[in-house]
Amino acid sequence: MSAFSAIGEEREVAQDEFTPSIEPQPTWCPGCGDYGVLKALKGAMAELGKNPEEILLCTGIGCSGKLNSYFDSYGFHTIHGRSLPVARAAKLANDGVEVIAAGGDGDGYGIGGNHFIHTARENHDMTYIVFNNEVFGLTKGQTSPTSPKGHKSKTQPNGNAKTPIRPLSMSLTAGASYVARTAAVNPNQAKEIIKEAIQHDGFSHVDFLTQCPTWNKDAKQYVPYVDIQDSEDYDFDVHDRREAQEAMHETEDALYEGTVLTGRYFVDDERPSYQAEKRARGDMPEGSLAERYFEDGDWERSYDFIDRHA
Amino acid sequence: MTDDELIWRIAGGSGDGIDSTSQNFAKALMRSGLNVFTHRHYPSRIRGGHTYVEIRASSEDVTSRGDGYNFLVALGDSFARNPKENAYYGEEEVKPLAENLDELREGGVIVYDSGLLDTDEIENFDQRVEENDWHVYDVDLRGIAKEHGREIMRNTAGVGVTAALTGIDTSYVEDLMAEAMGGDILEANLNVLHDAYEHVQEEYDADAPDVTVPTGEHDEEQVLVSGSHGIAYGALDEGCRFIAGYPMTPWTDVFTILTNLMPDVGGISEQVEDEIAAAALAVGASHAGAKAMSGSSGGGFSLMSEPLGLAEMTETPLVLVESMRAGPSTGMPTKPEQADLEHVLYTSQGDSHRVVFAPSDPVECYEQTRKAFQIAYDYQIPVMVIYDQKLSGEHRNVPKSTFDEEPNPDLGSVLTEEELEDQPHGETGIYHRFQHEGEEGVSPRSIPGQKGGRYLATGNEHTPEGHISESPSNRKAQVDRRNEKLAAIRESLDADERQEVYGDESADYGIISWGSQSGTVLEAVERLNDDGHPVKGLSVSEMAPFPKELLSEFIESVDDVLVVEMSSTAQFHGVIQKNLGRYGEKLSSLLKYDGNPFEPAEIVEAVEEHGSGEELSSNTRFEAAAGGD
Ligand SMILES: Cc1ncc(C[n+]2csc(CCOP(=O)(O)OP(=O)(O)O)c2C)c(N)n1
Ligand code: SF4
Ligand SMILES: [Mg+2]
Repeated sequence: MSAFSAIGEEREVAQDEFTPSIEPQPTWCPGCGDYGVLKALKGAMAELGKNPEEILLCTGIGCSGKLNSYFDSYGFHTIHGRSLPVARAAKLANDGVEVIAAGGDGDGYGIGGNHFIHTARENHDMTYIVFNNEVFGLTKGQTSPTSPKGHKSKTQPNGNAKTPIRPLSMSLTAGASYVARTAAVNPNQAKEIIKEAIQHDGFSHVDFLTQCPTWNKDAKQYVPYVDIQDSEDYDFDVHDRREAQEAMHETEDALYEGTVLTGRYFVDDERPSYQAEKRARGDMPEGSLAERYFEDGDWERSYDFIDRHA
Repeated sequence: MTDDELIWRIAGGSGDGIDSTSQNFAKALMRSGLNVFTHRHYPSRIRGGHTYVEIRASSEDVTSRGDGYNFLVALGDSFARNPKENAYYGEEEVKPLAENLDELREGGVIVYDSGLLDTDEIENFDQRVEENDWHVYDVDLRGIAKEHGREIMRNTAGVGVTAALTGIDTSYVEDLMAEAMGGDILEANLNVLHDAYEHVQEEYDADAPDVTVPTGEHDEEQVLVSGSHGIAYGALDEGCRFIAGYPMTPWTDVFTILTNLMPDVGGISEQVEDEIAAAALAVGASHAGAKAMSGSSGGGFSLMSEPLGLAEMTETPLVLVESMRAGPSTGMPTKPEQADLEHVLYTSQGDSHRVVFAPSDPVECYEQTRKAFQIAYDYQIPVMVIYDQKLSGEHRNVPKSTFDEEPNPDLGSVLTEEELEDQPHGETGIYHRFQHEGEEGVSPRSIPGQKGGRYLATGNEHTPEGHISESPSNRKAQVDRRNEKLAAIRESLDADERQEVYGDESADYGIISWGSQSGTVLEAVERLNDDGHPVKGLSVSEMAPFPKELLSEFIESVDDVLVVEMSSTAQFHGVIQKNLGRYGEKLSSLLKYDGNPFEPAEIVEAVEEHGSGEELSSNTRFEAAAGGD
């Protein structure tokens, strides 16, 4: 019998199981897009039948990082920019757990950018949701890596001289095997995309447009939006890297010109996940590492290997 | 040469295979019954540069390198004459001979490769040979190597000559070669070895070797291990099956040993994008139910500062290794120093909440790494094992039975699902993971995936259920509980029987050292006592929580104390005073920071000259106690 009986438990899961008793009502500002992520995540998990105790939600620091406080599951509210390395190790160590990482655009594309690139490259079997509000919310509105060129803030009073980062293109180039963009104003699409991302075997990256009415006044309610899969104007194959690349590029440009494009951009079902690659090389045990600590059984000793070195 | 010990030095260029040859020769000496100790000196480059490895062998215990040495094999630097690279470095070629003469003892032996080295290029060579009564053997090592195999095998030829001159039985060397290689390579090496041996016997009077080496006998099987092996084996035997790292000298030693073992023990090793990630991965894996570790050297450890604080705040068990090298910044990558002590003790914001061990030899590396895992997982606290470039690379023989121990994969203070049922939970079932009260300050953990165990771990201050809170009463209760663990850990460490004081117990002069310098101090203390200079020594290897009682008892028992450390700012001296709050007028310092570890004679001299006002002859600095001059 498993020491982790919440994993894979077959039962109906209701959305409100994810609502904690301590702080059932989030303290985000009224109209904040972060509510949309919370709602979509709860809906997706319930529909997939994932229960709170088989989920580990790792967040960074920011308004977005507060997600953990409003979503009842195993949680790890880490430090600014570091949700990914914590999350992917948890998945390697205890691979039955459904691991989700989440954080802001500053957290994931700025201070944690290096981890983003490498986690995508390695194709860890997990989901990463980036709350993209084009601003540093928690620290009061400073310019972020996705802020538009010319964006004024207290730390860039003369307007941002930098061109914003291209999160979708970067993700694709780095190696993510599922890349999508959704928006808080599009709750049904958001929920479906998160479901797909979770079910995808490999690194899934969801760039989630979350309006920040408090600090990003000139923006952006991200309406009207276009779902590129539903629109006749866009026709490309999400399995084709080159076509995806082009669609992403256009989508990233369009955002700063006032057109909000969302949907699935890239899906690679062929590429094995990092854990599969490691196992194929004998670099990772077949079963769950964490489980082994709860089982009876013999453990190897250094004494048995000493002649190799000494 | 009739010393009662052999200190054999083989010198050449980096990349000339000196490491593996000396390793094998050290093992051969060990198997012949001697105690051995190796010391490697190398520059931070892949090829070229003046490199040597020294093996000290004796029938007595050896805990340190010696003062100088008595047998040189100078190979010649192959990089210095690499025609393909169009690289000729003139003098560099003779450096393996020229640069090693200063430390060669009177009456010592020189074997040099006459195929490569020309003594005419060394100033006053013949005169120095005569003055110092050195015995010189010029042998065409390269020629012998080339005749049977490849040029690189000239280090094997050097071993053959050594064996012939010292009368060491070559069968030990042959066995080791057969273990390490096979086929044509083995045959070629054996031919080189024998040819070199016979050459010396024919050329010189083989029946009367002018070098005698000691002989000895071990009463049980020995293995040759470094401090890095000790740490790696300790981790393995505590059930560590997850290691994350980023290469950095000298930490790479431990990282590599464990990485090679992981596939055979069902573990996972991850080389990641940077050290922030490395430490964060160890935190994530530990949180999710594995025994995990990471580590680095100074620069990389700086990057681990924030994840380390996260482990402190979330009470996630974590073991980190810090392998020191000379700093600041990139410093001297291949040189030891003990100047990261304060860095390890205090880095990361807020009150430090950690345990720090500083083992002094390979066996202590093993034992304290095991202890580190036990404490980390029992008390849910980060534990650091701090050592340095010296201990990382030097090899010693230890009884193989040292490692014949039971494994301990216990996860410490973790509950099973059954046990979780009896624990306090919130209204909707959140487990109270961070209760205000706990035995010895510990509130047990659950692991993601367990039914009835969900909670939030956060780097923010938090309530029992892990909820973010800035309530003053909760804050105080949580801080007090976390601090309570440190007191409990100190108590449990005090209960361990350990021998830390050595030398003449009634002496009124004491020497305190920590970590890797202790073996050298031990030898100095023995010599001083033999010379009628009563001294005792204290070796400290538990740096936090600080062993106050042990230190104050020792300091109280003497009139003067010399604190010996490899740091220019006397960090350990400062840590002692900070913790004890007094004794400034008793504590002097002997400091070394030129990149080389202490030699016993340097410590002996400092003690003998203490208070005399005389300048010290070596590259060390004496700092008098407060109020003295
Ligand atoms: C190492 C570090 N640097 C800076 C901060 C301060 N800080 C907290 S959140 C944040 C930026 C938040 O922006 P973003 O990641 O976009 O999240 P948002 O609040 O917009 O959701 C900063 C700079 C920190 N907590 N840690
Ligand atoms: S500051 Fe912006 S991002 Fe933060 S909660 Fe308010 S609206 Fe949301
Ligand atoms: Mg943001």
